[in-house]
Amino acid sequence: MSLSRGDLRELYQEVIFDHNRSPRNFHEMEHPDRVAEGHNPLCGDQLTLYVRLDKGVVADASFVGHGCAISTASASLMTEAVKGHTVEEVEALFRDFHALLTDAAPPGRDFGKLEVLAGVKEFPVRVKCATLAWHTLHNALIGAGDPAKTE
Amino acid sequence: MNALAPRLDAARAEAPVGTPGGAPAVSLAAQVAADFPILTRRVRDKRLVYLDNAATTHKPEAVIEAERAFYRESNANIHRGVHWLSQHATDLYEGARERVQRFLNAARSEEIVFTRGTTEAINLVAWSWGRANLKPGDEILVTGMEHHSNIVPWQLVCEQTGAVLKAVPLTDRGELEPGAFEAMLGPRTRLAAIVHVSNALGTVNPVAAMIERAHAAGALVLVDGAQAVAHQAVDVQALGCDFYAFSGHKLYGPTGIGALYARHELLAAMPPWQGGGDMIRTVSFEGSTWADPPARFEAGTPNIAGGVGLAAAIDYVTGIGLPRIAAHEHALLEYATEAALRIPGLRLIGTAPGKTGILSFMVEGIHPHDLGTILDAEGVAIRAGHHCAMPVMTRFGIPGTARASLAIYNDERDIDALMAAIRGAQRMFGTGARP
Repeated sequence: MSLSRGDLRELYQEVIFDHNRSPRNFHEMEHPDRVAEGHNPLCGDQLTLYVRLDKGVVADASFVGHGCAISTASASLMTEAVKGHTVEEVEALFRDFHALLTDAAPPGRDFGKLEVLAGVKEFPVRVKCATLAWHTLHNALIGAGDPAKTE
Repeated sequence: MNALAPRLDAARAEAPVGTPGGAPAVSLAAQVAADFPILTRRVRDKRLVYLDNAATTHKPEAVIEAERAFYRESNANIHRGVHWLSQHATDLYEGARERVQRFLNAARSEEIVFTRGTTEAINLVAWSWGRANLKPGDEILVTGMEHHSNIVPWQLVCEQTGAVLKAVPLTDRGELEPGAFEAMLGPRTRLAAIVHVSNALGTVNPVAAMIERAHAAGALVLVDGAQAVAHQAVDVQALGCDFYAFSGHKLYGPTGIGALYARHELLAAMPPWQGGGDMIRTVSFEGSTWADPPARFEAGTPNIAGGVGLAAAIDYVTGIGLPRIAAHEHALLEYATEAALRIPGLRLIGTAPGKTGILSFMVEGIHPHDLGTILDAEGVAIRAGHHCAMPVMTRFGIPGTARASLAIYNDERDIDALMAAIRGAQRMFGTGARP
């Protein structure tokens, strides 16, 4: 496969650098309803995700941990994107987001800022970086005890 | 195969003897590069800059042709046919064993057991020797810089036998803590399983002295030579080790073939670890008896073509000469280290003196995985991650490193491309030197 500098720029957009340097909602949570661990053993990415739920709605989400720019930015963008949405809406968004990165985006779906991660599609080995936070969130929402792994 | 010999001979005739820091480093790469067909292909529409040789090396035409010639002209199963072709294939395979024997300077070819690679060789010792000899409370001593393949087999066998695994700590330079190995050898230490050259750090361990100490303490010694045999001459009799394991594919040979050297008296006393054809003397439903080593440890049809390819790789490497290879890689490592240290924010992980050609590093503000992707877009292939040595990463408090690892075909151009790509990544991330 030929890969251009343009593809690389698609992957590493300014929004990604911004969220990597200054991740949003990057803190522990005082009284979370759900906590989940995520780990990507291949690259050592590790995060802890906190969620506060209010009547089936994600009232707040935050995370701590360390990882590559793609995984950090994706976690940061995710915590922004899911706040105020019902658990069902968040799970549907994860499915569509995963499709955006691996297959084809469902037509008509507005991803908002998450769209900047679409460039990952050209880098299959990096999909797990972009989805680690989402897998962890999924585990937090379904109450799974085991750490999420993207390996 | 023979058609390739003149080029190599010519290379040897032209080349001055390698001296560290001198020009011969360039000439060796220039002379051998044409032997490796894959180096002419483009990757990401760029010239391939392959610096992932600690993961696997590329294969010279001589190795590719040896495998191909085996299947075209010599293919048959070994050790069983009465027909000519089977005897011919057997001769080639056993000839390969003798090549490995001479390569390691083992006393006899029966001390060479073919395996799939280093990992299987270590597992063989763990399952055969370990299960037969380890008792609760016995100790296996490894180092803090082992590859997972020299940790996990011992953990598995410790679970079964009640033996205990201990690890020698590392210094900040990535060497063994002085005196720690000797101090940790105790009356219960049955085996020291130590890496010759660290794949994550490039550190060369003083294995000869360690073997002497271990023997004095009554322990056997297994040496993991996966990262050593392609970069320096190894003499198992001079070292005095009991077991030595290596892989063909890191030695310019095929994947799926490697070898275990073991002293004959040890092998003769070890039980089989896998059952099947070729490893038996007699079989009946009342019980079976085992063949002598090495056949006892080679159940089933082996990777015959791989063995033949490995022999060709050994011929290739010894044809160039390991001292010359070591000099080339040492000079190139010095060049790379100096260039790396000129990059602001770059920190080397593993700074032991006398390292082999492995440059493990972190670049401030850029995760190794991001660096790997950005370098890849420039056609520069490195490894990013924990390099199957998670305890090393834990020791240094890092998630992983970026690692460039050298081989005979690398030259200053490759290092220049690597450094330019790192600086490009820094510009993208807005780190490093400010304009």
